[in-house]
Amino acid sequence: MISRRTFIAAGVAGTVALVAAQWLRRPESDATLATRRAFDANGETIMFAVAPVLLAGVLPAADRERKVAIAQTLTDIDAAIAGLPRGAQAELAQLFALLALPPTRIVFAGIMAPWPEAPADDVRAFLDRFRASAWTLKRSAYDALHELVFASWYGNPRSWPATGYDGPPALSS
Amino acid sequence: MTGTAATSFPDPYHEPDALQWSVIDASRLERDIVFDTDVAIIGSGAGGGVAAEILAAAGLKVVLLEEGPLKTSSDFRMLESDAYPQLYQESAARKTADRAINILQGRCVGGGTTVNWTSSFRTPPATLAFWASEFGLRGFGESDLAPWFARMEARLSMAPWPVPPNANNAVLARGAERIGIPAAVIRRNVKSCWNIGYCGMGCPTNAKQSMLVTSILSALKSGATLVTRARAERFAIAGERVTQLNAVAMDTLGVAPTARKITIRARTFIAAAGAIGTPGLLLRTRTPDPHHLLGKRTFLHPSVVSAALMPERIEGFAGAPQTIYSDHFLDSLPVQGPIGYKLEAAPIHPVLAAITLPGDGLEHSRWMADLSRMQVVIALLRDGFHPQGDGGSVRLRDDGTPVLDYPLTPYVWDGVRRALLTMAEIQFAAGAIKVMPIHAAGVAYGRFSDARAGIDAFDLKPRITPIFSAHVMGGAPIGPDPRRAVVGMDGRHHQIINLYVLDGSLFPTSIGANPQLSIYSVVARLASELARALAP
Repeated sequence: MISRRTFIAAGVAGTVALVAAQWLRRPESDATLATRRAFDANGETIMFAVAPVLLAGVLPAADRERKVAIAQTLTDIDAAIAGLPRGAQAELAQLFALLALPPTRIVFAGIMAPWPEAPADDVRAFLDRFRASAWTLKRSAYDALHELVFASWYGNPRSWPATGYDGPPALSS
Repeated sequence: MTGTAATSFPDPYHEPDALQWSVIDASRLERDIVFDTDVAIIGSGAGGGVAAEILAAAGLKVVLLEEGPLKTSSDFRMLESDAYPQLYQESAARKTADRAINILQGRCVGGGTTVNWTSSFRTPPATLAFWASEFGLRGFGESDLAPWFARMEARLSMAPWPVPPNANNAVLARGAERIGIPAAVIRRNVKSCWNIGYCGMGCPTNAKQSMLVTSILSALKSGATLVTRARAERFAIAGERVTQLNAVAMDTLGVAPTARKITIRARTFIAAAGAIGTPGLLLRTRTPDPHHLLGKRTFLHPSVVSAALMPERIEGFAGAPQTIYSDHFLDSLPVQGPIGYKLEAAPIHPVLAAITLPGDGLEHSRWMADLSRMQVVIALLRDGFHPQGDGGSVRLRDDGTPVLDYPLTPYVWDGVRRALLTMAEIQFAAGAIKVMPIHAAGVAYGRFSDARAGIDAFDLKPRITPIFSAHVMGGAPIGPDPRRAVVGMDGRHHQIINLYVLDGSLFPTSIGANPQLSIYSVVARLASELARALAP
């Protein structure tokens, strides 16, 4: 067995390299629907409104970094959806349509204004209602948004420093 | 560079010998392809891998079909964002029909063995005794299987973990000791393990003795053909025989079929696609099922989670993920009594933690900020031994893909409540500052007495208390009586004479322990018998 000491030394060196690499990564430009693989317009609009509320507490405060982080997260969510089975993609598209179309947006989701104009407080209240709903459909809608947004956010190395996770160790022997 | 391509580690799939092997990535096929072979095996996990090795070594021509990709140590970058979409069914987001249970299942060469956490247990004697008394299984006693367990333990280098557990597992050991229940060291299937903790994302050093680097390599060296990114659609049946398997090539994402077809004609067919995939394939085929058994009694070890905030750094993302367990709440309960549970730790990487923690916004971010001080215990419930806990059933969606209905009965919820209490008690005994039993309420407690009152009052319901599973079992059970089993004691289908089931679908109940060694050993025995019967 390779000694523990060697491994730990390699791990520390790797961490430094990883942090440096993260800083050197250039932020990606804002993605647009044209480059999307799985998102439809409904999904992108809803996620654009919902993700920043779910991610309150971890998004950067500065406006520019915040926008870049949200754009990157939407790109990651799009990629995550593209990797789901077709049936699951179709179900998500149905959910997004249900939340986006004006009659159901108002009655089902309780969001009065179109999503791009919905105040953050209204989005917050929508999420709280769905999370605590006695209706399984609403709870599973909340869970789907939760899973997509948090898997995408915490799958990106950008999020790790705030968690104390150093990223994977370097293993060059 | 993000993550590290472990290029300095020898990757057997990149060595010169590998050029001699027959490996076909179906996503790249430019025309339809037909195989004529002795044995077709569908699925390359714990069952298919072992069967392929044994049958190929016996001189039989084997074609091994896998729905997922061939990913090997040089691809394993220890990133959740790579691993879940590439190596798991449905990007690790597979769920039961009502979405109440999240199922982690492998979909790659090596199947679950490529991504499991290496815990290796023999089938518990109480489980084998129940199979004999309740289902009439013959020749499946502890002493009958002992040589097969020993053989697979040796083959896959299973041994008790020799170095101290990581802090996450040490909390479980300490808490168990303080509340006076026994805990022990887990046997792991590793060789020269680096103790880094990324087993669930594919082992980058090839320390894990998964099917990928053991049996499948051996089968390829014996001349077997491996076809990856190919989804088995259905068997063609004439009379009481399967004549061929019809499969489709999948795109590189594993989402949509390409236009290419794969046909395998064989003397013998082995379904080893796991306990959702195998019943799914047989249901699509409409194999005879006169007693309505197929896909029924499918078990999950429904599992619940308790997160603790510890005063010290835990770094549950580092170190071998599962090295300590306690069977106290299995061993102290009769198998047919209230549902028992096995206690283990679980690795704590950012994505898995973030999707498991309830709530969002500031509440969620505070727990995530303490990720390095988080400790996680899980309880795996032993299902299948009681009329109120007789598992779920696999059925087909309109598009032909399989889905599991798994009703969570009051009997199961009773076990969930007891398990959440036990885990909180262990975590507080080990010094936890706060304990959060994972539940939609997202409440954390500072004292065990408060946790007890809170858990006693929990509303336990689907999608309020998240349930997880990493072990799918049953659905095509083995047994001598065709009225109670889909396949006979030799693994052969009771109605189709050249179709065998050799995977976790065989089990008449859940195992009551992480199932890999049970699958390896039972399949090693059945495949050895089959090899003798088919020997050229």
